[in-house]
Amino acid sequence: MRFTKDHEWVALDGDIATVGITAYAAEQLGDVVYVETPEPGRALKAGEGMAVVESVKAASDVYAPLSGEVVEANPGLAGTPETVNAEPESGGWFARVRIADRAEYDALMDRAAYDAFLETL
Amino acid sequence: MSEPELKRTPLHAAHLAAGARMAAFAGYDMPIQYPDGVMKEHAWTRTSAGLFDVSHMGQARLAGEGWAAAFGAVTPGDFAALKPGRQKYSVLLNDQGGILDDLMAARPDGEGLFIVVNGACKDEDFRFLEARLPAGVRLTRLQDRALFALQGPQAAAVLAAHVPGCLDMAFMDSAAMTGFGGVDLIVSRSGYTGEDGFEISLPAAEAARAWDLLLADDRVRPIGLGARDSLRLEAGLPLYGHDVDPSVSPVEADLSFAISPSRRRRGDFPGAARILGELSSAPSRARIALKVLEGAPAREGAVIVDGAGVEEGVVTSGGFSPTLGHPIAIGFAPPALCAPGQRLGVVVRGRTWPVETVALPFVPHRYVRRP
Repeated sequence: MRFTKDHEWVALDGDIATVGITAYAAEQLGDVVYVETPEPGRALKAGEGMAVVESVKAASDVYAPLSGEVVEANPGLAGTPETVNAEPESGGWFARVRIADRAEYDALMDRAAYDAFLETL
Repeated sequence: MSEPELKRTPLHAAHLAAGARMAAFAGYDMPIQYPDGVMKEHAWTRTSAGLFDVSHMGQARLAGEGWAAAFGAVTPGDFAALKPGRQKYSVLLNDQGGILDDLMAARPDGEGLFIVVNGACKDEDFRFLEARLPAGVRLTRLQDRALFALQGPQAAAVLAAHVPGCLDMAFMDSAAMTGFGGVDLIVSRSGYTGEDGFEISLPAAEAARAWDLLLADDRVRPIGLGARDSLRLEAGLPLYGHDVDPSVSPVEADLSFAISPSRRRRGDFPGAARILGELSSAPSRARIALKVLEGAPAREGAVIVDGAGVEEGVVTSGGFSPTLGHPIAIGFAPPALCAPGQRLGVVVRGRTWPVETVALPFVPHRYVRRP
């Protein structure tokens, strides 16, 4: 699993990347009440807004950690957005993306680097 | 990190010790939520008792010969008729009948008014008032006092252990009394959640001790400003600077109850021509309340559209209702669209979601009124 400074995580299986927000991000957001996931087929560029996650109080953007084409959005989040709080780094995934460039994945932080980054916040 | 120039309430250290997430609000470093989080804090207030630090709000006394007329000159209320022991919601009006702030004015004793205004504009409010006072009427700011709100169905039972006199009070009563072992208090049975509850003014030096005494009761938990906002939205209560601003009249804001009948007859308050005109015909915009039937929460600034997609109004406060389990919003729209039961839309991030107009409050008030 790899991580961004915007607190997204990516798990890669072949050329399919599963993307979500980290446990830290979910904790910071508080109770998630709505998630807007990207449409399958959408072409994402790394760094652009790909989803919106809403708590009781506010809406926050989720950024694409890497470029590619959305192949699937998590269908469960429409009915049970609280999964993002309960299982942020597994069942609360946002989208699966067919990546264009493996080097983008390799350039992201690994767990140790992300944990070290969290220490600086 | 907190900005160094932010002011602190007397409970600041207690909030940090409780693990609160702090943020700037009205120039103060305030607790937005505690480790429970907004949803749990909200539900706790609706089912037990929530304790809020609202010491950022502005407290003052207005006294001296002619105080009632002086306060009436900047508000549409009849304060000469406000009896000792009672409190009244009111608004500060500019000359155009727009709302400079909303406030509570109470008569806890025989000594004129006790006034509580919003924290974000308290300095402007008090300067505005002072500049209009005749000789002999004095405004005294109470900057050495803290303010708590204790809200929820268990609030009265909890407070009675420390302030026995509170049980004799009904909704919108106000009283100067002692509690917490001889501390001088100004207590009102009122709040900003729609629940029964109390607002308690006390000396800053006693605040931390009283706060801890209340929290020692298992029925009480501290509640941050996040849940304060979701609670007041469910109760249909306006938030100054969002739902109400100096361009908005009390009639447009659905606050006509703040315009006393005697003042309507006399027409002697600021902006009376506009306000009386809006009362006799209809204002160009009115308060609308929306239940979001499907889709994203509609927040401040979201456009309200009719069935044809034509822009009709705007959301001024919106979010998710923890009690109802769906998003709710209030805003402004033409009066004809505000009647309950109409299907409209709200535009969120370019997408239109279906909404239905409903009556306020979203969640019924549970005030304890005098029988």
